[in-house]
Amino acid sequence: MQNPGDLELTRRGVLMGSAAAVALTTGPFTEPAHAAAKRQEPILSTVSFTVNGKPRRLELDTRTTLLDALRDHLHVTGPKKGCDHGQCGACTVLVAGRRINACLTLAVMHEGDSVTTIEGLGLPDGLHPMQAAFVKHDGYQCGYCTPGQICSAVAVLDEIKAGIPSHASTDLTTPPQATAAELRERMSGNICRCGAYSNIVDAITEVAGRQA
Amino acid sequence: MKFDTPATTNPIDRLKVVGRPTSRIDGPLKTTGTAPYAYERHDVVANQAYGYAVGSTIAKGRIASMDVKAAEAAPGVLAVVTAGNAGPLAKADRNIATLLGGPQIEHYHQAIALVVAESFEQARAAAALIRVDYTRADGAFDLERAREGVTGPSKDDPDSTLGDFAGAFAAAPIQLDATYRTPDQSHAMMEPHATIAAWRGDQLTVWTSNQMIDWATTDLAKTLGIPKEKVHVVSPFVGGGFGGKLFLRADTLLAALGARATGRPVKVALPRPLIMNNTTHRPATIQRIRIGATPDGRITAIGHESWSGNLPDGKPENAVDQTRLLYAAPNRLTGTRLAVLDLPEGNAMRAPGEAPGLMALEIAMDEMAEKLGLDPVEFRIRNDTQVDPEKPDRPFSQRQLVECLRLGAERFGWSRRSAQPARNRDGRWLVGTGVAAAFRNNLLTPSAARVRLDKHGMVAVETDMTDIGTGSYTILAQTAAEMMGVGLDKVVVRLGDSKFPVSAGSGGQWGANNSTAGVYAACVKLREAVAQKLGFNSADAVFSDGVVRSGNRSAPLAQAAGDPGLAAEDAIEYGDLGKRYQQSTFGAHFVEVGVDAATAEIRVRRMLAVCAAGRILNPLSARSQVIGAMTMGVGAALMEELAVDTRAGFFVNHDLAGYEVPVHADIPHQEVIFLDETDPISSPMKAKGVGELGLCGVGAAIANAIHNATGARVRDYPITLDKLLDRMPEVG
Repeated sequence: MQNPGDLELTRRGVLMGSAAAVALTTGPFTEPAHAAAKRQEPILSTVSFTVNGKPRRLELDTRTTLLDALRDHLHVTGPKKGCDHGQCGACTVLVAGRRINACLTLAVMHEGDSVTTIEGLGLPDGLHPMQAAFVKHDGYQCGYCTPGQICSAVAVLDEIKAGIPSHASTDLTTPPQATAAELRERMSGNICRCGAYSNIVDAITEVAGRQA
Repeated sequence: MKFDTPATTNPIDRLKVVGRPTSRIDGPLKTTGTAPYAYERHDVVANQAYGYAVGSTIAKGRIASMDVKAAEAAPGVLAVVTAGNAGPLAKADRNIATLLGGPQIEHYHQAIALVVAESFEQARAAAALIRVDYTRADGAFDLERAREGVTGPSKDDPDSTLGDFAGAFAAAPIQLDATYRTPDQSHAMMEPHATIAAWRGDQLTVWTSNQMIDWATTDLAKTLGIPKEKVHVVSPFVGGGFGGKLFLRADTLLAALGARATGRPVKVALPRPLIMNNTTHRPATIQRIRIGATPDGRITAIGHESWSGNLPDGKPENAVDQTRLLYAAPNRLTGTRLAVLDLPEGNAMRAPGEAPGLMALEIAMDEMAEKLGLDPVEFRIRNDTQVDPEKPDRPFSQRQLVECLRLGAERFGWSRRSAQPARNRDGRWLVGTGVAAAFRNNLLTPSAARVRLDKHGMVAVETDMTDIGTGSYTILAQTAAEMMGVGLDKVVVRLGDSKFPVSAGSGGQWGANNSTAGVYAACVKLREAVAQKLGFNSADAVFSDGVVRSGNRSAPLAQAAGDPGLAAEDAIEYGDLGKRYQQSTFGAHFVEVGVDAATAEIRVRRMLAVCAAGRILNPLSARSQVIGAMTMGVGAALMEELAVDTRAGFFVNHDLAGYEVPVHADIPHQEVIFLDETDPISSPMKAKGVGELGLCGVGAAIANAIHNATGARVRDYPITLDKLLDRMPEVG
């Protein structure tokens, strides 16, 4: 699809937007008019981690989740906020290669970590094989859960390769395989209300077969 | 373009692009996280502040007092907007309850304040400092109890009758009289309702997530009391809607008010735990169905009454409409019964009416087949009709229900089914299969578009149509490519902007047929302009491979555009074909379930849908629409239920942990077959909708499969294992 004008996004654009955000959000807070109420100034803390291979340093309200740090401070908006409570999986990112719900972890807990978001897997001009498989199998509809589904899918195949068992594993003594039952069990933390599950499993299965 | 006679051969029939399985053109954006959704538009306006919405914690009554001082004094807070300081607000016709409540409270979690702050964390913390004293009023929250007081139709919705239902039912040798229940359900789309609002002088722009751009524009202007021309609505990507984003909702209004109060752009996303009570939901129903038949399985009388509740001035859930059209019978009675309830606003959710209606009717048909000793596929076939049963001179434009049932039965292996329940065992599983008919009307509504051609031969489509996951971008591109004789790589589609011509929008499975027909109309006009520019006779000009040919002359399409380019705008409008013909879509759902013999755990093992829905514009995304709807049908059958606290008057399980929707582990591989069909009565595209058809009947097919597996008939959705446990068959 040709990007409709203002929707044009490049890797460079994503990165440039990020620098501006940091400046904006660490600016001075305006003094409230009503001084009688008990004040609770935010506690700020600095944190450094890499996002999609690029070093990042932020000064943040310690209440800021990793998800909001990415989306609102770094303008890395691929990870989605569906529920903010770890219920839907739309915010799934990879930290040190393992998938986590970015809404359930505070940004300041990730000093020194390496964070990979959907943008880090691939952009429109160079899709990751899992992204290409989702397009081919139509493994999405509205697209909102999709970044989380794809990050999860990539991590799931790594987990299977590493021999990590799941509830669907019939036997703990033999390495798990990327069967449909294993994939469905392991992907069940990522809700797709559009109901693309059958196609998503087809997409992951194709990538798993290619990897094997 | 007025469409008032059936379509004949036109350029779409070439099917070089339309009708072919086509990967979504927005796929690379969506799969890389670079498709921009409302809340994340850092690119559109600088200096955005954060708004956090506060909801009422009573269902009905008044705000006696509200103390916002602590919130206003909290760090980073820029403003606290309430009904008390927002200025006069009107209520748009499409909203039943006001979007910013106070002092009157109409439902639980009705928005009562917006806290705007420099950061999300500050806005959320300050919102918790608002103290509200309520004067609670008694409300009605219990449909079962309210039903007792509602015995007849409401003034606006009289019953539909034919013949003598009561007499024919009483005289029928085989009778069924059963009552079914469907619960309140939530859309639970993945993207929360979200908006960024910015004022420039008296001009308001909102970047939002909405299915119906023109409704949102009209209703936001009306609510704020400003001219519609001053409101600009932008919504190029919508993270799911399912009817929940048909209307202007609180996020948009609050963002606009917050931005006006602070002089800053303000962004608001409804917190997930607020959504299910703050926005709309599919209302619960209690449905009484009576069917009378002769011993050879001819229905002589069919009656369907449905009770539902809504806020004052709300509408009933029209769960009986399909019963007026689905099966033949000389004596008929259908009607809705509406109770006033003070629960949140009931409104459209995917396939409103038919989805809960068929969940009941298609169990009733299964029960009736059992009483008759007839195969449920055969029973349905025996009562097929090719005309509107209430108006026999009004034929269906196309009706291949029988073909769907027959083909589905063959492909699914229906003949291997045991008519006796609880006869099929596979290890610990009792296995059963079920069938249901699918039915959903095809709705016609005007839709406009603009098409531009530039000197490079690029075609740009502009319409305020939305893509809510349905694949609009792609089918509109396919339509323009087919009409202008270019490849998909030569087409750009721009959607979801109130500056573009007004489309049908997304809802009621009307989007695909109407919006593509609107682009068709605009392209016909553009083709005429191109032919005229080239001096060709537009009637015989052929557009193909980027070249226009007429007689022995030809010219590149781009040449016609020249430096200034060409543009054309038109709309599809409909004559009376929708009145002369009944336009509907049909399908058949087949499901196999396993029920654990000891625990009554239910697992769906196989699903097949056969659909007859006119021309399928993009078989790849249409199939996705159907499997997605089948998935939602699994949720409706087995798990989805907003639990009502009938004392406090709210939905208790109001987040994605408590309101369970299907996950990967619940869904098997799904099969979809589309019958080869074109419907020249529907539009020049000869297409119809399919996005809701896939949901219609699924729940009943699952319920019928559970009955076939266990012998237990559950008429109260969702069918959870506790409703089966004490009725499971004795097995060794």
